[in-house]
Amino acid sequence: MNPSIVTSPQLFSVDGLVGVVFLVMVTITLVGGLIACNSERLVRSVAGLIVCFVGVAGLYYFLNSPFVAMMQILIYVGAVAVTISFAIMLAAPEEHKKVGPSGPLVGPFGFATATLLAGGFSILAIRTDWKVMEKINDGSVKTIGIHLLTEYSMVFELISIVLLIAILGALVIARGGREG
Amino acid sequence: MVLLTLYNNLNCFLVIGAILFGLGIYGMVTRRTLIGMLIAAELILAGASVNFMAFNRFTAPDPVAGQVFTLFIMAIAAAEAAIGLSIIISVYHRFKSIDAEDTVQLKG
Repeated sequence: MNPSIVTSPQLFSVDGLVGVVFLVMVTITLVGGLIACNSERLVRSVAGLIVCFVGVAGLYYFLNSPFVAMMQILIYVGAVAVTISFAIMLAAPEEHKKVGPSGPLVGPFGFATATLLAGGFSILAIRTDWKVMEKINDGSVKTIGIHLLTEYSMVFELISIVLLIAILGALVIARGGREG
Repeated sequence: MVLLTLYNNLNCFLVIGAILFGLGIYGMVTRRTLIGMLIAAELILAGASVNFMAFNRFTAPDPVAGQVFTLFIMAIAAAEAAIGLSIIISVYHRFKSIDAEDTVQLKG
């Protein structure tokens, strides 16, 4: 549980191969993210988003939560990405139009803003001395289930209502657009 | 080989989250189409979720809280995607375009 253990495993030991798999997951995540916000066509952008989410699911697996990793693949890759693909098919953007930056200054300024934010957060994260606290349970799937149905049951119900209202609202808005 | 022990390091995950957030901001600023902006918003939410999970794994006393919060972020993201995409489809039917610069009614 100590985040600052620095040992040096061999490349072809179990720990070394785990490290290699982690680096592969990080690469998948970052490459997917780059494709998602830089590709010319929206379909490729969604494909990059799927790649990025698979990588993020791998990162969750390394963070000791296979449950959330599974949910990430089920919800994001299985539902959100497919919904976005459907929307691209229904509201097909014109092929000849560019999807890139709208002006000559938007690209550099957007890049500067993003670099400033990401770099600032990274420096803030590295410079801060995070306080490690003692774990009070193991965070397994069973514990998550018990907590979801006891401590977080109210939030769980509320999120269900939010999802229901969102689905109904989506139907109403999309139908209204078709008639109008 | 310090690179191979990065998965046991809180800062590594925080930097990955920050990079995902930055990519999302970049996409949000530079994209012309509304669907592109929605994809960028998903990237921002993924960055926030990675941060939550990293703190949950390394520092937080209760490792359930972060996982449950990440689940709720996923649910909110799904709701946001459904609403946003239906609005985008509605906009497309009205303006025959999903370019953020074409969807104007007042031209002064």
